[in-house]
Formats: sequence, C-alpha cells, structure tokens
Amino acid sequence: MPFLDAIRLALSTIQAQKLKSFFTLLGVTIGVMFLIAVVSIVEGMGRFMEQDLVGKIIGVNTFEVRMRPNINIGDVDESVWLAYRRRPHILESDVQPIVDALPVGTRWAMYSEDNLKVESRYSRARSARVIAVDGDWFALKKLGVARGRQFSAQESSYGENVIVIGPELERRLFPGVDPIGRELKMGGLPYTVIGVTETQGSAFGLSFDNLAIAPFKAPVHRLLNRRPHVIDAVAVQAADRSVLNDAMERERALMRARHRLHPGQDDDFTLETPESALEFWNKIKRYLVIAGVALPALGLVVGAIVIMNIMLVAVAERTREIGVRKALGARARDILAQFLVESATLSTIGALLGIALGFGLAGLITAVTPMPASVAPWSIVVGVLVGAGTGIISGVYPASRAARLDPIAALRQE
Amino acid sequence: MSAATDAPAGEIAISATGERKAVTASAGTSPSSEWIIVTRGIARNYDMGGEIVRALRGVDIAVMRNEYVAIMGPSGSGKSTLMNMIGCLDTPNEGEYWLNGQLVSTMTDDELARVRNKEIGFVFQTFNLLPRATALANVELPLVYAGVPAAERRERAMEALTRVQLGERVHHKPNELSGGQRQRVAIARALVNRPSILLADEPTGNLDSTTSEEIMRVFEELAQRGQTVIMVTHEPDIASHARRVVVLRDGVVSSDERKEQFVARIAQGGKTH
Repeated sequence: MPFLDAIRLALSTIQAQKLKSFFTLLGVTIGVMFLIAVVSIVEGMGRFMEQDLVGKIIGVNTFEVRMRPNINIGDVDESVWLAYRRRPHILESDVQPIVDALPVGTRWAMYSEDNLKVESRYSRARSARVIAVDGDWFALKKLGVARGRQFSAQESSYGENVIVIGPELERRLFPGVDPIGRELKMGGLPYTVIGVTETQGSAFGLSFDNLAIAPFKAPVHRLLNRRPHVIDAVAVQAADRSVLNDAMERERALMRARHRLHPGQDDDFTLETPESALEFWNKIKRYLVIAGVALPALGLVVGAIVIMNIMLVAVAERTREIGVRKALGARARDILAQFLVESATLSTIGALLGIALGFGLAGLITAVTPMPASVAPWSIVVGVLVGAGTGIISGVYPASRAARLDPIAALRQE
Repeated sequence: MSAATDAPAGEIAISATGERKAVTASAGTSPSSEWIIVTRGIARNYDMGGEIVRALRGVDIAVMRNEYVAIMGPSGSGKSTLMNMIGCLDTPNEGEYWLNGQLVSTMTDDELARVRNKEIGFVFQTFNLLPRATALANVELPLVYAGVPAAERRERAMEALTRVQLGERVHHKPNELSGGQRQRVAIARALVNRPSILLADEPTGNLDSTTSEEIMRVFEELAQRGQTVIMVTHEPDIASHARRVVVLRDGVVSSDERKEQFVARIAQGGKTH
C-alpha cells in the first residue's frame, strides 16, 4: 500500500475515534510539551547568560584585570572565598603600568562600581548602579549616549561633577522632566546630568538601565571603594582573539611581577573573560539539559506504553478487518505498515500538539516570570522526530502481531 | 471471454469428465490452460493439542474455466478447509493445488497474498465489508493492494458497483445498506480485480429467501457471462443453482455430478449430507 494511502487511512481511523485518540496521545503531548518548554528555558537562559549578562558586563574579546572573579554563578566554596579575600587589591597605581604594557590594537577602561542612593529634587532617593570610569569605558561597553553627551577629556582628567545616567534612572529620578543640565546628588554632593545612555533592556527582572556613570576622578569614587586608591577592574578590549591572547599574557606577566610571585605560585589576581565567567554556566546547563530531557522522557515512556496498549486493543478489535484485508491480498508487510503508520501518525499528532503547547508554555513563562525563554528551532525538529519515533517503537509489537495473524483465524473472529 | 464460453459450462464439465481423472492423476505436471483449478490428492491435517485431525484426506477436483460449481457437505466434512485451500488462505500438507496454471501448494505467504489479490474474489456469508469505509472504498480495497493508482482505482470500483446495480449508493457505508445491497457490494469487491475464480462461502447464509434469490440471480448472470464461480454451501436449494455439485464427506469427495443428476437424486430422497 502506498505511503500516502496508509497515512490517509491512519488519519481516518484516528478521526473515527477522536476521544480515544486524544487520550492515547496525551502522554506524548505532555512529554513533548515539557521537552520544548524546558529546552526553551535553557536556551533562553543560555542566550541571556552569553549575550546579555556576561556579554554586556564584560564584553566581546575583552578581559578584566580583577582581584577576584566578578561573576560567580553557582557555588564557590569557603576555602576559595578565603583565598580570594587574602588577595591584594587592584590599585590605581596598577593602571598606568597595565596600560603601558598593552599591545597595539587594544583599548582599555578602568572602573569601580557599587549600588548607591541617588537623590533629585523631583523624586525620592533611588538606588542605582553607580560607576566611576576612566579610559574608553563607553566604547568598550558598547554603550552609546542617546541624548546629551559623554564626558569631555577635560572633565575626565579634572574629575568634574558631571554624570551620564541610564534611561531607567532617568524615569525614576526625573519623572516628566528633561534631566539634561539638571542636578542629582550622591553622598551629599551635586552632579550635573550631561547625558542619557541608550536603552540596554533587562533580564531576570534586572534592569541594565538603572545606572549612573561619573568620571573616575569625581568625588563619588571614594564611596565606591572603602579603601583608598583601590579600583574594581581594568577592562581591556582587543581587536581580535590573537591580540586578546597576547594582551592577556602580557598583563599576567606584569601583574605577577608587580605582586612579586615566584614561578611556582598561583596567580593572586583574575583575568576574567566572558568564557571564564561562562564556564560555570555551561556546567549548570549540562545538568539542566539532562533534567530537561529526562523528565519529558519519562512522559514519553508512559506515552509509548499507552500507545502500545491502545494499538494492541486496536489490533484485537480489528482482527476481522485484518483477516479481510489479507483475504483481499494484503501481505504481512502491508498490515505491518498500516499499523506502524497509524501509531506513528497518532503520536506525531501528539507531538505537534505538544510543540504548540510547549511554545505556549515558553511564551507564558517569558510573560509572567523574569526568566527569558526562547524556542530553539532544532527542538521542534527533535520534538517531531521524538513523536514519530515513539509511535514507531511502540507500534512495532502490536503491528507485528497484526501482520502475523493467520487470515483464516482472523476471518473467523466475531 | 472466449468462444468456448458460448456453450453451457455444465456441458463442458460433463464432456470433460473422462479427462478429469487424467488431469488430476499426473502429479507434478502443469495442467493445460482450460483447467482453472486442479487438486491432486490434497490433504490437510490439524494438530489439535496433540490429536491429529485429518480435515482433508486426499481430494481430487478439476474445474474448467467458466464452470459454476457448488461444494456441499455436512459440517466436519472438510468443505471449509477445502474452501480455504482453493482460496489460497491455506496450503495443503500433501498433494498439489494448481490455480490458473500456478502451483499454489508450495507458495510463500507473500506469493499467496498476491494470488489471492489477482486470482480470487471472495464473497463471505457475513459480507465482511469494512464498516467505516464507504461502498466505493470497500470495492477499491483489492486494487489498493494490487498497487493500482488512485484515479484508476476509483473508476474501476465505480464500474464494478454499477455492474451490481449499486451505482447510486457508492458513498454509503455498510450500515446504511440492506443485507442484499451489502452482499452486492461484496460481489463488486470480489470482481473488481477481474479474478480467475469467484469464491463464495455461504453467500446467502445471512439473507432472507427473497434476497437470497436476488443474490443467486447475480451469480447466475455472472456464470452465464463466463465467470468461474465456486460456491460453498450446505443448502441443496442453493447448490442446485450451480451446474455441477461436488459433495464432500469425511475429507474426501463422495459425489461429483451434474446439477440434473444431483437434483434427481435429492428428489428420490438421496442424502446430501
């Protein structure tokens, strides 16, 4: 029997028993739905981790010289923390030697940051991420100014009380007022707003736009690091990967020399890259994927057993039909194909429903929780294949029983 | 249909009686082409839980093209087993079965399926139509397994249904048809692939007497147009529609006679069972 005829036959059989078919494919539907949803969440989180969180905080082809890793996803145990705490700080006096050691084709920025209270005349005090920066900070973080301007070289070198704010902070501190040229206060000192940055968006309910950026030498930097002359990081961005590796080697050697480390000693500073920050995420992701596949797989196993049972019942119910078909010239393989196609069609429909519901679930998760979910196209293909595969596997035994039926006995059945 | 079919099939059968023995005797050789069915000493045993039941004990039957034969016998006589053999649903333990020049008795299951599809048209007592399929789809079924393209399938099925006067009801499902109409759909299905033999198993068993007569007229007409018909029945009335009656008893042929002889014997109180 041609394949299309077999599918048409299967569809009409399924259509003839809608309710039974629906319950039959429920297991596969639920399994595939969760598969799609979990994969979407893992994908969404992965994209967020790789592009937004780590990419925006550190940047592409960028590393940061830090006392200890800034992004610690997952658990860092006690002894590691203690070792981190014993490390020497990165100092203002480190910056010039670091900059001097850079190869051609790099740009740099130094900065310190913390959450501080920011006040204005138009609103109550708000908490914001305040960053004191020097060097090519805006270029390195790929953060443009949408309105107003960046600091001039002069404002930077004199540490004037000027500030660029993010659009979220603008909304909160200056509701309905143009903030350019107006004042806000940090640590009791006034700063003049000279620009508003582009919108960066948010993830996990965390806005990237609730920030204020001041020249490093402005007084606010003393509020960001309690110890004098200490900075958070020097960020270095290279034109490409080979320059990046070269720069990292130079800075590693420089910092080891400045900290007087012996050849056998471990680094007592961190050169943080997006990759090193992502390492832990990748480890978590592996577990998430395993869990995300194992749980729906259970649903699929249950679904497969249900389909197998229903198909066995179908073979028993339609024994006479099988006898008639054989009498009319159906070969064993025609009967086998008929039932395999039927169970594969059934579970593929289940999988398609599951994919649709999985999309819906992923959308719902994005809408009501801060977790970003994005549907991976490959997961749709996998969903369909898994559905059809489940049907074929669970159909093999019932179909082969049908195919082996003796036509005489089958015809005699009431 | 050849010129030979112009003579009444019954006459041919009787004139060939002398030849029958020769046809059935020479084992291993293909019978000449006018013989559609030749069995040579076919036997079939069943193992019923250790006990061997000998359903057929050496049956020799030869049927020419265009004959209309009834096979009779009481239950347990082996007539169902013989019908299964002739219908290629089963193969004998011993002996040879030649159908339309092909040695069926040694065929594999797939080859048997092909022979059933091409050479045999089944008509069952209980019609055996697929309940969810329309009359048209039921009649198309043998063509589906013959690999006939959809458009041609439809056309040939329509034609077969028109031949049994059901051209108006092709889209009805079996439960929307009367018993007689259902059996006519089954006959259309049996004929649609132009089989060598039409094999009917108690075709009127589930029908009232008026409808039975109507169905028997369909068979009569088919036989007159040259279709070879083999009909298994236990009713002498029905058997007497055929031109030749073979009676089985205890797994062997107990009588093989012209309809006229059979009817005369029955009239004198002769046993058919």
